[in-house]
Amino acid sequence: MSAAPTTDGRDARTAWLLTAPALMLFVGVLVIPLAMTVMLSFHDWGQYKGIEPVFILKNWHEVATDPYFAEMFWRTARIALLTTLITAVLGAPEAYILNRMSGRWKSFFLLVILGPLLISVVARTLGWALLFGGNNGLVNKLLMSLGLIGSPLSFMFTETGVVIALAHVMMPFMVLSVWAALQRVDPQIENAALSLGAGPLTIIRRIVLPQIMPGVLSGAIIVFSLSASAFATPAIIGGRRLKVAATLAYDEFLNTLNWPLGAAVAVLLLVALVLIVVGSNALIERRYAEVFR
Amino acid sequence: MSFLELDRVAKQFGTQTVVDDFSLTVGKGEFVSFLGPSGCGKTTTLQMIAGFLDPSRGAIRLEGRDLTVVQPAKRGLGIVFQSYALFPHMTAAENVAFGLEMRRVPRSECRERVRATLAMVGLAGYEERYPRRMSGGQQQRVALARALVIRPSVLLLDEPLSNLDAKLREEMQIELRQIQRNLGTTTILVTHDQNEAMSLSDRIVVMSQGRIEQIGTPQETYERPASAFVSQFLGKTNDFAATIDRTATPGRLIAGSWSAPAPAGLAGPVTISIRPERIGFGDAGLAAKIVTRIFQGNHWLFQCESECGSMIVIRQNDGQKQPAEGEAVRLAWRPEDMSLRRTGDAA
Repeated sequence: MSAAPTTDGRDARTAWLLTAPALMLFVGVLVIPLAMTVMLSFHDWGQYKGIEPVFILKNWHEVATDPYFAEMFWRTARIALLTTLITAVLGAPEAYILNRMSGRWKSFFLLVILGPLLISVVARTLGWALLFGGNNGLVNKLLMSLGLIGSPLSFMFTETGVVIALAHVMMPFMVLSVWAALQRVDPQIENAALSLGAGPLTIIRRIVLPQIMPGVLSGAIIVFSLSASAFATPAIIGGRRLKVAATLAYDEFLNTLNWPLGAAVAVLLLVALVLIVVGSNALIERRYAEVFR
Repeated sequence: MSFLELDRVAKQFGTQTVVDDFSLTVGKGEFVSFLGPSGCGKTTTLQMIAGFLDPSRGAIRLEGRDLTVVQPAKRGLGIVFQSYALFPHMTAAENVAFGLEMRRVPRSECRERVRATLAMVGLAGYEERYPRRMSGGQQQRVALARALVIRPSVLLLDEPLSNLDAKLREEMQIELRQIQRNLGTTTILVTHDQNEAMSLSDRIVVMSQGRIEQIGTPQETYERPASAFVSQFLGKTNDFAATIDRTATPGRLIAGSWSAPAPAGLAGPVTISIRPERIGFGDAGLAAKIVTRIFQGNHWLFQCESECGSMIVIRQNDGQKQPAEGEAVRLAWRPEDMSLRRTGDAA
């Protein structure tokens, strides 16, 4: 009895000691910079005086009241939502078809789907620019020379363009997530439904979809948060004309040099994302708790 | 009276023949087992009846109608899968109701039938449970209820008990048999477990390498195995060489120092096949020595080294004194308990 507390104490000390390096790294590269960013967002800034370490709500007031920022954030949310929707609608069937393929084709197409992850997002996005970039874009040139369109399709610097390019970039995450959910589905389950008299559409709707829904939703969370905070694709396709939250924060930091305002934008994006992700995750867990855990 | 008929059914995958020349007629209400080692084609045959696979050749008829042209969803067969394949996102009641919903059974009737069927398999009160919250045995019962509630013309069971532990399996065997008898549903069971096949079935189809080795009642297949494979697969058996001596009259069948009057028809070298429980220890007969003696509760298992090679003997634990290890014994049996094959004949 008397020995127990000391052993516990030593165990706890050892645990802290062993996790110390990781904790220090975590605090050093994540917690401290994050706290500094939050603090930065309350500082003052002037064209000539630079950053003043005071505590004011000027930046937050500006972000909250200026419709310019509201437009940015709504656009960010819209783009992320549409991207998520497209990846879900295309990615879930893609994963399902992939899962039904036979051995060799399955591994080949899995490679095709995952392969792009090995290529830089910048390179993949620039590919879209090459295909659709104004008069010189390959696809535009082809369609115009065929006489199908009179003027180049507007793709660059449009929301549609950003959404399409983002959906392309994010697709592997959705496919992987749904694929993982499909691995847990009993391979005989469709035969079971079939033997009970269900048609192919009923099987998909009533049997397969409900079982892979957690996969679709967790894929959606990943895609939404990555899209909302994406920088490279909106920067290349959207450019300076079509800003989203991430490119906005970047510009405040590096072009205007208004670090405090950039920090406010970045913190707001982070908080909004954390709330959305944690909230929807909790909803999903509650919804599917009985069945899948 | 044939209810379900398989007529020279065969299945090929590429160049590989998995099932060949499978002919069987099943009577209404009969319980038939497909028994064989894994890879013998028994599950493939079941899947062809279910419609998940199309036969390469041959016909499958139900009440005289060709079943192979009917969509699997329209065949109206009940199937219990080895993995149960329950719908994990539905409660037990929803799982069982699914087949009735597909048949557009009115809601009130549907609810009543689901309740009655779950009660029949001993799961009254479990309606709102999700499969994940049930034990293996309970999931098994839900799967059975789901297959039976649609009142299938034929019930197909694909190794339904193989995921249960031994004690539960025995209980389920008895229950399954009772339910099947009460409902009178024609049932086909696929299994690799000879005890399961013997305790449940009216008839057993013993299969090996895609072919039928023997069709018969459990007793027939056990007592009069049609081939060496059947005698080896169903229970334990002793196979050893003997000769028939026709020089003397009447002829004698001789195995070591054991001999008996020769049966008519055979001559020369033969193989004797005899079940271990039919061999007794006597004063005369095949000379042997007990190598090991294993106590198994209700019986003793003896491993003997005899003049004709290694043999096993099973004796009831009836309170009699049993020979000890290392003891010299004489093995004897009644000629009608053994079966004889010309040596070299597979069958």
